[in-house]
Amino acid sequence: MTTLTEKAPAQPAKSAVQQKVAASLARRHRQETLFRFTGLTAVMISLALVALLFINIFSKGLPAFWQASITLDIHFDPAILQISDKPVQQRGESDNAFRERDLAWRSEVGMINFNRIISDALMQVLPDADQHRRQVLRMVTSGERFALRDMVIDDPSIIGQTRRLNLLTDANVDVWLKGNIDRSLPDHQQQLSPIVRQWADELYASGVIQNRFSFALFMNPDSRSSLASAGLAGAFMGSLFMMLIVMLLAVPMGVAAAIYLEEFAPRNKITDLVEVNINNLAAVPSIVFGLLGASVFIGWFNLPMSAPVVGGLVLSLMTLPTVIIATRSTLKAIPPSIRQAALGLGASKMQTIFHHVLPLAIPGILTASILGVAQALGEAAPLLLIGMKSFVASVPATPFEQSTALPVQIFLWQGNELRNFFEARTSAAIIVLLTMMISLNGLAIWLRKKFERRW
Amino acid sequence: MTRDITDQRNASVLTEQPNLTAGLAMNAQTELKMKARDVKVFYGASEAIKGIDMDVAKNEVLAFIGPSGCGKSTFLRCLNRMNDTIDSCRVTGLIELDGQNMYDPRLDVVQLRAQVGMVFQKPNPFPKSIYDNIAYGPKLHGLASKKSDLDDIVESSLRKAGLWNEVKDRLAQPGTGLSGGQQQRLCIARTIAVSPEVILMDEPCSALDPIATSIIEELIDELKTNFTIVMVTHNMQQAARVSDRTAFFHLGELVEVGPTNEVFTNPQNKRTEDYITGRYG
Repeated sequence: MTTLTEKAPAQPAKSAVQQKVAASLARRHRQETLFRFTGLTAVMISLALVALLFINIFSKGLPAFWQASITLDIHFDPAILQISDKPVQQRGESDNAFRERDLAWRSEVGMINFNRIISDALMQVLPDADQHRRQVLRMVTSGERFALRDMVIDDPSIIGQTRRLNLLTDANVDVWLKGNIDRSLPDHQQQLSPIVRQWADELYASGVIQNRFSFALFMNPDSRSSLASAGLAGAFMGSLFMMLIVMLLAVPMGVAAAIYLEEFAPRNKITDLVEVNINNLAAVPSIVFGLLGASVFIGWFNLPMSAPVVGGLVLSLMTLPTVIIATRSTLKAIPPSIRQAALGLGASKMQTIFHHVLPLAIPGILTASILGVAQALGEAAPLLLIGMKSFVASVPATPFEQSTALPVQIFLWQGNELRNFFEARTSAAIIVLLTMMISLNGLAIWLRKKFERRW
Repeated sequence: MTRDITDQRNASVLTEQPNLTAGLAMNAQTELKMKARDVKVFYGASEAIKGIDMDVAKNEVLAFIGPSGCGKSTFLRCLNRMNDTIDSCRVTGLIELDGQNMYDPRLDVVQLRAQVGMVFQKPNPFPKSIYDNIAYGPKLHGLASKKSDLDDIVESSLRKAGLWNEVKDRLAQPGTGLSGGQQQRLCIARTIAVSPEVILMDEPCSALDPIATSIIEELIDELKTNFTIVMVTHNMQQAARVSDRTAFFHLGELVEVGPTNEVFTNPQNKRTEDYITGRYG
């Protein structure tokens, strides 16, 4: 700018137009600078906010992937484990009869006091344990006794042996060791008695308690009785089932509907009405779809409550308009010259679409579908209304069993009473969900690059 | 779209309007290929073509000239029913190909377009290999039963389009990777691979440089022996160079049609003369 004005005297005479242009230059440059600055600021602010979000989530959530566990020599004491032999199906025995015997045996094993086995093992490592017998079991989370039970059921020959096992500590021990509770609080405000806190510190110092990768977070369903073993497996499977249902229902239906509307439907009032309504459906709040699902799928069709099949259907309905709109805009973007070329050669309309238009539209359609599925995966509101926010302590094997979903699990953990343990767990669940989202988006980008063609 | 085709008109029109066949030299050797009578085209309520009568002889090159928006492209697209794809477009009147009414509801447009091929203004090869570009039409219509037949069709089409020597070593490469002129010749090869009887060309050289243009013009001259060619052009020198007859369109009307040298040297109509001498257009 300045160079222009400096050069000005060197030129002999400027026309009136040139003078006016020169005069306006400074203003134009100022406007441009201001505009660039505004845009840059907006970008920086959004980047900073995203960075803040990620730093917050990761700093809170990452420690939850490692959980304090205690290494114990568990002696499967035959004196305690007094059980009959594991039943084997006899020749000629009916399946039902065998199942009954097996079940009876399992409940017999279930009656064994496995806590006794754990406390015996703890007594070996805890100093002065004799004086604090009732506190000993506070070290290990209560769910571990079922892990031992399952080991015995799987292989009864383990009885009499001693195994070195890593057991999850109680959630409060984990909180204490990670420093998620103020250590200076007086005894009556602490969750753990002084001796347990002392044990925890000593065992952690001696390496008997170590932070190990928390497989429980991924392998276990949610738990309320044994908080330390609460995991995401149930919610993950629920989300997976729903994702599959959305992919199988919303994607083919949405793409087919878009192709029909864009390429075949006659242009008339009815088509216009359908179009307007599809656009409106895309703007309907997701919670409304939840209400619809509750009344239609559960109320009329009597599908089970809290089941991923209903969740998948609701999310499919919700995703459908998104897929239709995105697919249509992709089809619209295919250059008309390609259609004309095919039609001019004598291809029928259907051949033109399936031989030329769709192959070119596939990257766009795939992207639209995957982003639709990702949107459905992150949706919690409609699932609350069809009962998927209930506590489910099992991993669903089919889409018809009760389950939660990842976003709902986040919502549930967020509200858990043991805040200082579940704050990290919640963030860890968010990390898992975000990882799935980013993978799906990455897949969309990869597919787009792979199928993209120039014309 | 609605079609309102009246078939009741008959050959008597020819005697009423003798200038239609001007330059056709209707002798025993000249066969009539296409016939249009009172063709009107409407886009919604506006009338783009206002009643055109025209004859096209076999193996002639007929050029349409006229200022932008005069309806020459619209009329060209009527000749293989490409206007069907535009929803608001409505065609009335009679267009015949070898005495068969083109707009007969019983006629399958697919068959018509196999007979009347089209080359577009902008080269539009499919985003596929050169081979697949040519092979698509024959495969579509089942013209080749064996792979070797298909190879033959591809080679002969590319040879006819004068492209074989340039692309024979890279048939598997994408057609979109060729230069503009090569792409247009690829499109011509793709069109003749279906062995049409008539080729419609909508300003085939408007996107090309002068060298590519002259190659295509030579090609049109060769293709004339096997095909009937109707082309739209903005370039009057081109019309003068390649066409046997020239038709001048203005404001949706056919002003004049005649042997090219006569239209350019001795136009019958004042409007034609004004356009050719550059007074408007």
